[in-house]
Amino acid sequence: MTTAGRFGIYGGAFVPETLVPALEELEVAMNEALADPVFIAELDGWLYDYAGRPTPLTLARRLTEACGGAEIWLKREDLVHTGAHKLNNALGQVLLARRMGKTRIIAETGAGQHGVATATVCACFGLECVVYMGREDIRRQALNVYKMGLLGAEVRPVDSGSKTLKDATNEAIRDWVTNVENTHYVIGSVVGPHPYPTLVKRFQRVIGDEARRQALQRWGELPDSVVACVGGGSNAIGIFTAFLEDEDVELLGVEAAGRGIETGEHAASLEAGRPGVLHGAYSYLLQDAHGQVRETHSISAGLDYPGVGPEHAALRDAERARYVTCTDNEALRAFHRLCRMEGIIPALESSHALAVAERRARELGPGHRVLVCLSGRGDKDIDTVRAVGGTGEEMT
Amino acid sequence: MTAAGAGRFEAAFAARAAGGRPGIIPYVTAGFPGPGDTAPLLLACQRAGSLAAEVGIPFSDPLADGPTIQNAGWRALEQGMTPARAISQVAQARDAGLTIPVAAMTYINPVLAMGVEAFAAACAAAGIDGVIVPDLPVEEAAGLAASLGAHGLAHIPLVAPTTPTSRVARVAATAAGFVYCVSVTGTTGARASVSPAALDLLERVRSVTALPRALGFGISRPEHVEALARHCEAVVVGSALLDAIASGGDDPGVIAERFVRELRGVGAAG
Repeated sequence: MTTAGRFGIYGGAFVPETLVPALEELEVAMNEALADPVFIAELDGWLYDYAGRPTPLTLARRLTEACGGAEIWLKREDLVHTGAHKLNNALGQVLLARRMGKTRIIAETGAGQHGVATATVCACFGLECVVYMGREDIRRQALNVYKMGLLGAEVRPVDSGSKTLKDATNEAIRDWVTNVENTHYVIGSVVGPHPYPTLVKRFQRVIGDEARRQALQRWGELPDSVVACVGGGSNAIGIFTAFLEDEDVELLGVEAAGRGIETGEHAASLEAGRPGVLHGAYSYLLQDAHGQVRETHSISAGLDYPGVGPEHAALRDAERARYVTCTDNEALRAFHRLCRMEGIIPALESSHALAVAERRARELGPGHRVLVCLSGRGDKDIDTVRAVGGTGEEMT
Repeated sequence: MTAAGAGRFEAAFAARAAGGRPGIIPYVTAGFPGPGDTAPLLLACQRAGSLAAEVGIPFSDPLADGPTIQNAGWRALEQGMTPARAISQVAQARDAGLTIPVAAMTYINPVLAMGVEAFAAACAAAGIDGVIVPDLPVEEAAGLAASLGAHGLAHIPLVAPTTPTSRVARVAATAAGFVYCVSVTGTTGARASVSPAALDLLERVRSVTALPRALGFGISRPEHVEALARHCEAVVVGSALLDAIASGGDDPGVIAERFVRELRGVGAAG
């Protein structure tokens, strides 16, 4: 076994032979670009002049009071242009693809945030953009589907399997195998074959780099706990990376427990899966005894994925990060509380992190600080929340 | 009785008339169209004069496959097919007189779930002679290749039109039985013609190894097979065969036997 592209024993590149040269080309291009001050300056220019970085660090004042414990601070990735952290990665990868001379961009999307972000950047550069999206996700994320059309992208429905993010990713990889000469595949999370987990981490680590700097400026010290939701895990890796060496800072990843781990209807790969290979990487995976990948459930389309980025698997094994879960109902309650107490409508994905941050704030008590990655805003989830109804407090 | 394992491929390729049409390696998905159809299909392929056969062990997320093989796999999984049951279908066919070489094709995750060593042992016990794993490039293949080798089985790697010749040499060095040459940049599925890139790849493979070459992905018609005479030693035909079986109208074995004979360019008695 090679050690290149490994996080501990996880990662690697389990792909059809056709793609191996393309991944090698991507790795070389990535290393050259990231060492090139001209490329970095170009990327920073887009991040700060177009995407709206740096994003603020906001104290959730009333939520903190209501919890009666540690201060809860929000890293506001919901304020990035297009409404989520996904644009950080889409900008980086599309700039890299242009540098590589690729003329066609493809992407997969679950909640639609990565699809919208990729379509947005392709509009900026006049690039052809095809986004694969499961039929089920198209149904529950209609607003983002419409947005991608407005931005000039073609959304291709995927009807295979569970018709969600996993199947959209399969279809994007098949497209890439077929059109690899002129096409770059913009993977939306820290998943997939090497070098993608490393590449996406590099483009998302701006979240934690900024937050750490802001923390030291504002408080003169670091947070006690950093909390982020984990589907594939790109916002979590994005905010965790800057704090990896700060051993006193707790890193807490939150997986989707859906209707409850015990029901089997969830998307908690680290909690309930075991290592296997999906989409080119060896990592924790929800699968049956025969190695068939299981269908998942989460109220949040962005977390509804049976795998998880290989670096999360390694951080878990090394006990550098802890991973916990949050049910659909707990996330909905946290969603409503942030709306009503802070005037911020969070994404359902981020609401999973908020629910655990509240829990952790109560446990830590006053005098401590919990930093939450508010990875996206919730406009896209309004239909889902409206269909459930209520304010969340009546749910058990 | 020929030797089992990699030796059975060597014997089958050695027995083939040099310079003529490539031999036919039909691909069938285990458990398709029905749970009990695989052993009879393998025997039908043998009656039709196939050089070898390939049995697909279905996986929920077959990245290298187009719609035909995806659909066949899902149908088989829905009817309860598992890797162990798929392997036992080959054992049944051997018991019923199957003597041609058989390669199993599957993805790495079902192999890992069973355990690499247990998988190799089960394949050997069932009379499977080689294993093809399309999402296991040479960098990741050492463990499986070693286990297969220890059981005398052939590790059959894939090379593609995008594979540089230096890498073809590296891949071929890990191969036994034959080298699986992917004819297109793309997934499996019937196509109208054989691409010039495929012929170029076959030449590049020959320049670095003496192993037999089987061309697959997209081969679907007798004229493809005829055009490939002297370019390769075998062709793998999967999606076109499964499409023919799925369109029905006859017993799957009867359809498969007729289909392979047509590919070989021989009549019903040939």
